[in-house]
Amino acid sequence: MERIRERVIQIYGNLVSLLQKCIFCILSVGPIPNHIAFIMDGNRRFTKKCKLMEGAGHKIGFSALMSMLKYCYEFGVRYVTVYAFSIENFKRSPEEVQSLMDLMLEKIEEILKEQSIVNRYGVRVIFSGNLKLLSEPVRLAAERAMLATAKNSKAVLSICVAYTSTNEIMHAVQESCEEKWDEITLLNSSGAGYGLISLGGYEQDEMDHLIKLTDIEKHMYMAAAPDPDIIIRTSGETRLSNFLLWQSANCYLYSPSVLWPEIGFRQFLWAILNFQQIHFYLDKQRKQS
Amino acid sequence: MDFSNESRVLHRCSAQVLDIGNLLLLSLWHLVHSIISICNFTLDIANVLESYLISSGLLGRYKSLHIAKLRYLAIVIESEEAYQTSKIIELLQWLEAVGVKHVCLYDKEGILKKSKDFILENLDGAIWFQVLSYWQPSIYAMQDAHENNVLLDQQHMTLEFVSFSDGKEAVAKAANVLFMKYSKSGVTDQNQKEKIFTESQMSEALKTVGSGGPEPDLLLVYGPARCHLGFPAWRIKYTEIVHMGPLKSMNYGSLIKAIYKFTMVRQNYGK
Repeated sequence: MERIRERVIQIYGNLVSLLQKCIFCILSVGPIPNHIAFIMDGNRRFTKKCKLMEGAGHKIGFSALMSMLKYCYEFGVRYVTVYAFSIENFKRSPEEVQSLMDLMLEKIEEILKEQSIVNRYGVRVIFSGNLKLLSEPVRLAAERAMLATAKNSKAVLSICVAYTSTNEIMHAVQESCEEKWDEITLLNSSGAGYGLISLGGYEQDEMDHLIKLTDIEKHMYMAAAPDPDIIIRTSGETRLSNFLLWQSANCYLYSPSVLWPEIGFRQFLWAILNFQQIHFYLDKQRKQS
Repeated sequence: MDFSNESRVLHRCSAQVLDIGNLLLLSLWHLVHSIISICNFTLDIANVLESYLISSGLLGRYKSLHIAKLRYLAIVIESEEAYQTSKIIELLQWLEAVGVKHVCLYDKEGILKKSKDFILENLDGAIWFQVLSYWQPSIYAMQDAHENNVLLDQQHMTLEFVSFSDGKEAVAKAANVLFMKYSKSGVTDQNQKEKIFTESQMSEALKTVGSGGPEPDLLLVYGPARCHLGFPAWRIKYTEIVHMGPLKSMNYGSLIKAIYKFTMVRQNYGK
């Protein structure tokens, strides 16, 4: 009896998988987004809604993430970014922050295993954010994961931890300033500076343009990925909460009302279909920038 | 010879099968998208009907809005539609009627900036809210006071006009302001460096270059897609972004619905 039940579930699983592949086949006639970003909102609400133990929502949320990554990579999306932990989240209770950090540590170890999604799809993992704010074990695990997957080149997964957009912009500006200063010092020491260290040699006009937009953009945490095509935020909230504000100028924002642990193929499909409907318009906007 | 003929026929057959296959996939794709378009069209009709009900006052819950919660409203308009100044004036008149006092108008190419005078002339009692750029420190206090006075003014509607150049380019200008500070005092002193490169210093620097307006609570997008089209990133950290559809099909009911939904939102700000 048990064996028959297992067999039925297996056949059902295979049929669903085949159907998904057929749908992907049809959809790939149209434009395929290059980069999708996810704001994984609603884990705590899910825990409350289903009356589960604390932290269960996040664990189920992780499986939901794995499914979404599978859909993305199977469909041909090269870059996926997820908002795992915001700098603002540090303001939560120490117990909650600690349990999230523990979960992150556990999951980083898991994704580096042989049969995990990362190795199956050749995914390079990048941790974007102010990693200095993380505790040492988590930071070291993140760095290990980045090193271990550095050679993968089929797809990229950017995990934003200790990240906010304003912090990213601030950090990029700081790095640009330090780099420009080093450049000027070098010029000065090689004799070509003409006293630039005191900046007396520059006109007001020139001083306004020492740091260029391209300098700032190359120092962003997310510089390794192109601008996102779709940002999906679950639980129906319509704000970006300090996520990819700089990169989302020509990005389709989709806010399904499901909570993150409940997200599935249906929402992914709907996002892709709507993206394909407005792709021409967004592409035009992008080319005009 | 027969063998090569056979392989040629096989090759042609498989090419034809592939062509038929591709044609089938293309047809299916168009079919799927036609179904989606029909679904979206039906949803649009339902929304229009609801808007008429709201406008006519039949739906009770939209009658009283807690408008005080909406301190600053931003409107993003698709650049091609930004030429329709009469529609924009009508929209602003609706907002004034609802009680919204402070509005920021954004379009990517700055077309609204060019129509500023026409809009202000045709909107009774509206004043232009301008974030002045300034370099002398003594003007900081004056500018802040001016800004606070203008925003506290409940008599007149204030309008701010913003475009793409107030976003990323302004951040680059602000970076240069911070670089000047850094080169003058922060290079050798780590403490000084930490004081210069903070988010509040960045906000001040953005004010200095004339792009430091308030953060909107709600952003309404009038265009084909829900996309903020480059509204200054520094200002939309926790802004609710709502898609209203194209400007040509704007209606009063959906405006009320969007504002009502906003007043019902509760934010945790990450906590």
